[in-house]
Amino acid sequence: MTLPPLFSDWFAGNGWQPHPHQLALLAARGDTLLIAPTGGGKTLAGFLPSLVDLHLNPGKGLHTLYVSPLKALTADVGRNLARPITDMDLAIRVGDRTGDTPTSQRRRQRADPPEILLTTPESLALMLSWPEAAKMFSSLKRVVLDELHALAESKRGDQLMLGLARLKRLAPGVQTTGLSATVEDPAALAWFMGAESVLQADPGPAPDIALLPTLQPPPWAGGGGRYAVPDVLDAVAGAKTTIIFLNTRAQAELFFQALWLANDQALPIGLHHGALAREARQRVEAAMAAGELRAVVATGSLDLGIDWGNVDLVIQVGAPRNIKRLVQRIGRANHRYNAPSRARIVAANRFEVIECVAALEAARAGELDGEPRGPGPLDVLIQQILLTACAAPFDANALYAEVITAGPYRALSRDDFDACLDFAATGGYALRIYERWQRLVLRGGLWQLRDPRAARDLRMNIGTITEAEKLKVRRRGRGGGPLGEIEETFAASLSPGDTFLLGGQVLRYDRIRDLVMEVTPTPGREPKIATFSGLKFATSTELSQRMLRVLADPDRHAELPQNIRDWLALQARFSALPRPGTLLCETFPRAGRWHLVIYGFAGQNAHQTLGLLVTRQMEGLGLDPLGFLATDHALMITSLQPVTDVAPLLTTPGLEQGLEDWIAASSLMKRSFRAVATIAGLIQRNRPGARKTGKQATFSSDIIYDTLRRHDPGHILLRATRDEARRGLIDFDRIADMIARNPQIGPRALPRVSPLAAPLLLELGRVRLAGEGQLRLAEKMARDLMEEAGLNRVRGDD
Amino acid sequence: MTEGCPFRFAGEDFLARPSGALWWPAQGTLVVADLHLGRSGRYARRGGALLPPFEDADTLARLAAEIAALDPARVVSLGDAFDDDHAASEVATREAAVIARLADGRDWLWIAGNHDPAAARAHLPGTWLSHLPGLIAFRHIAADGPDISGHMHPSTRLAGRRFRCFVLGQTHLILPAFGTYTGGLDIGDPAFAPLATRGIALACAERVFALPMPTARKRSPLNTFSKEA
Repeated sequence: MTLPPLFSDWFAGNGWQPHPHQLALLAARGDTLLIAPTGGGKTLAGFLPSLVDLHLNPGKGLHTLYVSPLKALTADVGRNLARPITDMDLAIRVGDRTGDTPTSQRRRQRADPPEILLTTPESLALMLSWPEAAKMFSSLKRVVLDELHALAESKRGDQLMLGLARLKRLAPGVQTTGLSATVEDPAALAWFMGAESVLQADPGPAPDIALLPTLQPPPWAGGGGRYAVPDVLDAVAGAKTTIIFLNTRAQAELFFQALWLANDQALPIGLHHGALAREARQRVEAAMAAGELRAVVATGSLDLGIDWGNVDLVIQVGAPRNIKRLVQRIGRANHRYNAPSRARIVAANRFEVIECVAALEAARAGELDGEPRGPGPLDVLIQQILLTACAAPFDANALYAEVITAGPYRALSRDDFDACLDFAATGGYALRIYERWQRLVLRGGLWQLRDPRAARDLRMNIGTITEAEKLKVRRRGRGGGPLGEIEETFAASLSPGDTFLLGGQVLRYDRIRDLVMEVTPTPGREPKIATFSGLKFATSTELSQRMLRVLADPDRHAELPQNIRDWLALQARFSALPRPGTLLCETFPRAGRWHLVIYGFAGQNAHQTLGLLVTRQMEGLGLDPLGFLATDHALMITSLQPVTDVAPLLTTPGLEQGLEDWIAASSLMKRSFRAVATIAGLIQRNRPGARKTGKQATFSSDIIYDTLRRHDPGHILLRATRDEARRGLIDFDRIADMIARNPQIGPRALPRVSPLAAPLLLELGRVRLAGEGQLRLAEKMARDLMEEAGLNRVRGDD
Repeated sequence: MTEGCPFRFAGEDFLARPSGALWWPAQGTLVVADLHLGRSGRYARRGGALLPPFEDADTLARLAAEIAALDPARVVSLGDAFDDDHAASEVATREAAVIARLADGRDWLWIAGNHDPAAARAHLPGTWLSHLPGLIAFRHIAADGPDISGHMHPSTRLAGRRFRCFVLGQTHLILPAFGTYTGGLDIGDPAFAPLATRGIALACAERVFALPMPTARKRSPLNTFSKEA
């Protein structure tokens, strides 16, 4: 297709010219992946072929389906599409269909769909599970997948690709366009979505990026970056509109509060993160769109592109953890296509300065990082099989043929498919006792639900996002407004009267009623804690290695600020600096536990694997390991007994002995199992009716996991769990290699934590080990409690 | 030497076993609570999840190990042995031989629970009672003490791990749930307060260890370690 006069006039009338990649996409045949920087008119590029086609060939029924990872983005895209449609007076209806769409509107859409429908992967899966799906999607001509790079990072992407395979069967000839920000491996992303060609838009001018100069030096440890508040406020005052990114919700809350306390000029500044109530987020988004805010403090919730053209500065507080994310965040500044984006980075502590310097260097060099993604996970396939049965009875051969057209499932074997089908139907257990109660039954050669009422449960559990259970938080009293939500585990740690931060307010916990936490704002009180985990990002291996190079090369230290050089000198005096070719190890006591730190700079996966191997050896030697933390720079193991000699822990022979059991019992596997079992429908997230809470009626997924492991170790869900956990591990040969290449130093027995190890103590994401150490620790805690209560022995009835 | 934690309750000597069973040596009596046999079957029957159907075998194997170790003259099940009355007849049929072997040569007492008030008793060996009166009464739900009961599934979290618990008060002794597919009610729950004021809990693991009931503590330090995961 070429641009019809109506459209070129519209461009010209606005004083614009179509971008070359917009025209190229219009002319493209087959499925295409478009890679363009933020602000490159990506969305319009994706829709232009649809608008032109609908203008030239007005037809009945659904023409284009747009899928984005965020509900907010569908609303934004809907608004942006309204402009060309109204300006050119096109007879095109645009509707959106997300979890927020009212039921009446959904019903209308099913009967009479708009020409363009905007949705999310979960809502698409839901629509495909309805019996009307075949009819509704038969007229489909185009599919636009927005922010595909973000979707491809999780199981949501796998689910979307299975949905796309279904759409291609329901509407043969449908043409798919993927839209993505800059990624390290465009060919892999194209393969994932099944695109025949990749279009690369002009990346625009190089960004203007640097460390934000600060009056105070960064602290030794900590992740909040609050020391830089005055400097950040100055930068905000000097720009039109600023987005300030932090890595976690808790950090965003604390930073926001600190900004307000120091905000003498009363600059309008908002807060936006995923734990806030939708109303609160929408208020901030609307204020931002209207240009009423000078800055917004945000987390990953703003990573994806709601289009705010007036943003001219991005400040990243805390090390960006991976180069790709930094580059994508930088792109949020200056949405004008050919102006350079301006971004400043604030290192939260001295260790991070090195990481930031390394990240800036990589970003300027345009070197992105990323892990190759694995094959499509089986739990997602199981959910797809069950949802297929909700739509209509199906033939197993036809479904298999459809599934292997989806990029991530191209290599799926028929045996694995059949095992997934068997699980969906009967549970797939070695003991076949569910034949009477099986979920899917084979009738007349077609698989269908035994009890059609089960469809309701299955639809309620659609999706691949498995988050911690949340509690809603609202203001106490009549009609108290919703404030947001917090994780149940965090809520469990609070007692009535405790205070915490949410939405920039200090709140006092009053009581929990009907799964809602009621609170009273208590301004002026110190918040007790603000730890809800949010997202934790891993530093990429590429970035870790760059850091080691900066650390190890004294010539490069000159690039670092003076305070960082002082810090490194202190580390060198107190312990030693890591050097390539050696493995620096340190031990120190802290808070009643021993810590062993191994600086591998080999990436989180390698350290995680090493952590499992070393703790297994420690358990055998009676050192009572409790758990470990693997970051990208180092591995830190806590134990009840000190490690005096590292060498026997790192000897390769025997390392793997008993390892399977050790890994299987760790919290790493149990966490993976919980997610897998939820997605595959073994554990239900949403039950019709009341949700059960911590009462004796429910039992944990850990019990199911342990039972399955003892009685049916070959079960498909255990395999899926191992596959998933293994993505966080690397093969043992590479670890042995790393150990062999790096003669160890130490361990250096230190009296206390070293400057280099201090930041590790604050990291989240510890792996717990179910060993003797854990039991001894529990016993010790119990003993202390008994003494505290004045009971020093088991009381008889004296 | 028999494993477990010895303690006195209502003038008698007992042993809290690591398995969560109670041993009363003077009476040669083994007591277990809340087996919840047939739970996965009940979920499947109701159209819920198809849970791994191995919990009955698992629960009965652990019970068999206790019986083999202690050779009790009498076994008391404190109610909710079956997840519902239908499960009782299903399990009784399927596991009849196993249960008969366990009961062979011993007194077997089934106390009815709220889950299995009218279980089909024909297939099962032993005697069914609503409760067993005595100097120390046996019942499903704690009432007039001194009594030994189940129903509550007491448990606690320490160092990031969940432990099933005995709860030992002045006049009430509450057993942990013995069944594999059972959850727990934290001993900090207000429901325990009237039953075990200034009491202690005995946590079951590879070893049994004591801790005070939260009502006997100055401040609840629970969850101090559990947020790390």
